[in-house]
Amino acid sequence: MYLYDAIDQRLVDERVAQFRDQTRRFLAGKLSEDEFKALRLRNGLYIQRYAPMLRIAIPYGLLSTRQLRKLAAIARKYDRAYGHFSTRQNFQLNWPRLEDVPEILAELAEVQMHAIQTSGNSFRNVTTDHFAGVAQDEIVDSFVWCEILRQWSTFHPEFSFLPRKFKIAVNGAKADRAAVGVHDIGLHAVKQGEEIGFRVLVGGGLGRTPIVGVVIREFLSWPHLLTYLEAILRVYNRYGRRDNIHKARIKILVKERGAEKFREEVEAEWAHLKDGPATLIAEEVARVEARFTRPPYERDSDYVLDETTWSPGFAAWHKRNVQPHKAPGYAAVTLSLKKTGVPPGDVTSDQMDAIADLVDRYSFGELRVSHEQNLVLANVRQRDLPALWREARALGLATPNIGLLTNIISCPGGDFCALANAKSIPVAQAIQERFDDLDYLHEIGELDLNISGCMNACGHHHVGHIGILGVDKNGEEWYQIEIGGNQAPAALGKVIGPSFARADVPDVIERLIGCYLERRDSEAERFVDVVHRIGIEPFKERVHGNAHQRAPRSYREPALA
Amino acid sequence: MATLIKGRRVVTENQPSPKEKVVRLEPADDPASISLEGVGRVEVSFPKFGDGRGYSIARLLRSRHGYRGELRAVGHITRDLLFFLESCGFDAFELREGEDPREALAAFEDFSESYQASVARPLPLFRRRA
Repeated sequence: MYLYDAIDQRLVDERVAQFRDQTRRFLAGKLSEDEFKALRLRNGLYIQRYAPMLRIAIPYGLLSTRQLRKLAAIARKYDRAYGHFSTRQNFQLNWPRLEDVPEILAELAEVQMHAIQTSGNSFRNVTTDHFAGVAQDEIVDSFVWCEILRQWSTFHPEFSFLPRKFKIAVNGAKADRAAVGVHDIGLHAVKQGEEIGFRVLVGGGLGRTPIVGVVIREFLSWPHLLTYLEAILRVYNRYGRRDNIHKARIKILVKERGAEKFREEVEAEWAHLKDGPATLIAEEVARVEARFTRPPYERDSDYVLDETTWSPGFAAWHKRNVQPHKAPGYAAVTLSLKKTGVPPGDVTSDQMDAIADLVDRYSFGELRVSHEQNLVLANVRQRDLPALWREARALGLATPNIGLLTNIISCPGGDFCALANAKSIPVAQAIQERFDDLDYLHEIGELDLNISGCMNACGHHHVGHIGILGVDKNGEEWYQIEIGGNQAPAALGKVIGPSFARADVPDVIERLIGCYLERRDSEAERFVDVVHRIGIEPFKERVHGNAHQRAPRSYREPALA
Repeated sequence: MATLIKGRRVVTENQPSPKEKVVRLEPADDPASISLEGVGRVEVSFPKFGDGRGYSIARLLRSRHGYRGELRAVGHITRDLLFFLESCGFDAFELREGEDPREALAAFEDFSESYQASVARPLPLFRRRA
């Protein structure tokens, strides 16, 4: 965990006081709806379909048990005793009262938490690999760089009113587990000789115009990180479109300018800033690094579990939910929040308390939220795995489905969200029920299935191997399905034709899977590999059928006038 | 009439001396394209609450183009913006109708620090830490 110093704490406390005053002025009629909207969004507060929604920041997904217990307590005291982990590694309360929000923020500040810039047209939570600091293929500990960026992007005086939201992802390992290709800025750590730097991607993003980002700098040496980002942001803040909310992300500016022209503008701006006072210094990196608590690993822990004694249940869990660790004798464990029948990413207060208890005993009191909406215990002793598995199973958190079809990534959808065109949670549940047979699930192998309730794409459906998008057709909910998307290396899915009725979605998925199983050349060839090898046509044919087969009821767009 | 804050005090408008020119910049204007010769006041317009281009304009005027005269934020200015505006180099603020000027003055103290380098704090926090 990064531990606040006195200044970090003071800024968060000052923010609470500021928002308390803004809420008071709004309730007293001194701030208009529009003005208050821009201010409350900066504190994560949405006015939703049925109630406000408060999005609480979990910077780069890292959370202590003290903080998790606070979230549990807040959900109990101010909400309905449950919350939702989002795809941006944040935590959402669905039913708080507007009047209570200042008090909630004050309670969060007690445990070094906040809701700063979790929404609105500003920098959002910086995200990263949920195996940061423990992965065997680590280049740098991305948490340190995320925290440096958190500070730089918090209350930035010049860039607090950007044309649109702005999302930065940092990946510190060889493999990209942070999806750097689909962020406004993606930073992938690289080493040139002994020098640490970043490959800089810009202009990626999902939403209604999904685009894979372009590399605008192959190697940016670390001291220049902040000045270079400042140059990018200044170009964006000045020239990004503000006339149309749907064209306001940096990806549109990069696309309209052309990547090369955009790069030149950034370089020209950077020429003024390079080597200036915002240039990072080694002392600062060391200072931030030193404020992170580090698990005191046992030195002689070369313990290896005896596989011959494993039960089938433990073996399945170990295969899917346990990851190797850079420290000998340790492993990283993913607790699945994707049990069939439970909305993806939802947890109750009681579960949070129970998880905090597990994490205290098995993983040094620290956990991570993954963008797949699961929880990661990153530092578990190998010898503790069987005991942890038994306890997690008793809590319903040991479903061995990480990386498999039922590990569905989903936004809250039309059950909660005012923006949604369609519900997503019932679709996720229907699919989970259809594929509840674990043997079958493991036979299908690795498959990312993502659901978004609208084209804002909070469920990241464009980068799911199978992506489902809720669409509204004349007031009815329909679902468009695309296949072949991939998170890293980033690839966008292709739509397999007209949309489907909700009841037909599980059938459609089953047909897609059937087609895949027939066509794969071996068990090692994943669903997405087959799509990339043979294209989407065979899948389309299987789903929409031919004359001999009843196609699922599908909606066809009326001919365009 | 809108309230004017200058040098962190509520003031009544005084006319600039005839020798001093007043220049007004809209959000899309490029500060590099204007001549600052003899200019005593630059007004930067914020037609909408959420339009952040004026912050970059101010920063460039102060840090890159060496402008030292009055830099006034006009348009949709509420107290909630004052801290950021001042950090970016504004020293005069025309508040929108209905803003309580005394409450507004307190907003300069909303935050006691910032992490970033700005006009108000030319060094970022990490270079100022003891």
